Amino acid sequence: MEVSLTNNILAIVTLESNKDKVEGGGAPVFYVEDEEELEYVAMLISRLTLSMAHNLGNGVYILVKH
Amino acid sequence: MIIGSILLGTLARLWMLKIDYRQYPGYPHGYAVHLTLGMIAAGLGAMVLPALLEKDYVAITFLALAAQQFSNIRGVEREFLNHLEETELVPRGTAYIEGIAKVFETRNYLALLVALISTIGFKLFEWYGGIIFGVLTALILQNAMREKVVKDIADVKVVDLEFKGDEGENIAIGDVIIMNVGVKESLEYWQKNGIGIVLDPKDDNARATLANTGQRQAILHDVATQLGVRLDVGVQDYTPLARLNLDTGRVVIIIIPIEPDEKWIKKAVEKTPVLEGSKRRPLASEAGHAAAD
Repeated sequence: MEVSLTNNILAIVTLESNKDKVEGGGAPVFYVEDEEELEYVAMLISRLTLSMAHNLGNGVYILVKH
Repeated sequence: MIIGSILLGTLARLWMLKIDYRQYPGYPHGYAVHLTLGMIAAGLGAMVLPALLEKDYVAITFLALAAQQFSNIRGVEREFLNHLEETELVPRGTAYIEGIAKVFETRNYLALLVALISTIGFKLFEWYGGIIFGVLTALILQNAMREKVVKDIADVKVVDLEFKGDEGENIAIGDVIIMNVGVKESLEYWQKNGIGIVLDPKDDNARATLANTGQRQAILHDVATQLGVRLDVGVQDYTPLARLNLDTGRVVIIIIPIEPDEKWIKKAVEKTPVLEGSKRRPLASEAGHAAAD
């Protein structure tokens, strides 16, 4: 049987400069160098975990499986 | 007389299979199953009148057995579609499946009724009476069983998507934000290929019906099956969604169809059946009617 964690934050991706906006908690935090890496990492984790990347509008991306 | 009635009942069942292409998955084994069961149903129906004429009243009890059998059909069909559900990119939703399963059960009763009434025709007149009675019954029943479609309860419009937020990450139609997409590449794809659909309910009954998530999922499924949907496992960003405008009761849908043909998208939405399980009629109740203004 397949068990998956839905409607939870699976991972957080953000720029190194946004460190003060995110605190580690239930989900792993990925700090990235620039926008391009941000995009790529978010997309990759999204595909791999079958989750959706959401842009919180403040430079922080969260990955949530719906 | 009996054979003629069975034949008519079975033909009625076949005809009902044919006119409903959409609810039918279209696999040959399915045809075989439903035709055979339709024939059995017609056989039982054809037996009723002769049994009564013979004063064999006990024989009527086999109708109870028939009812039992046919409710099994609903179970079979439901189970089948539920199993398939996992493999659908855009699922039908349980409400749609229940609706389809129920239709399949009902149609066996219809085959039974057609056979029963055509035996009466055979008895009263000659063979032509049976045929006329049978065909008429099939036509009348089919008309009576006609489901409403979305077109009857809502106005459908195809609109452009709006993108809100700093980087346009929120996909919206009017005031309703439907989806937040983080990945830029996906966002650009939505901007280029995304299509918005607005369903404007015609009255409060329609509003309550469209608010049902099962009904919305059915619409999504129907559009996705007919116009295609750019979607795959692992690509969640392009999932079609249907959301409600809480102020107006409008349903807003976003989708990336493979065939972005507005006219036919509208058609596909309009032709989606209104599900029996989703149908609400608040206006029919005293409180609902009085509260609506």
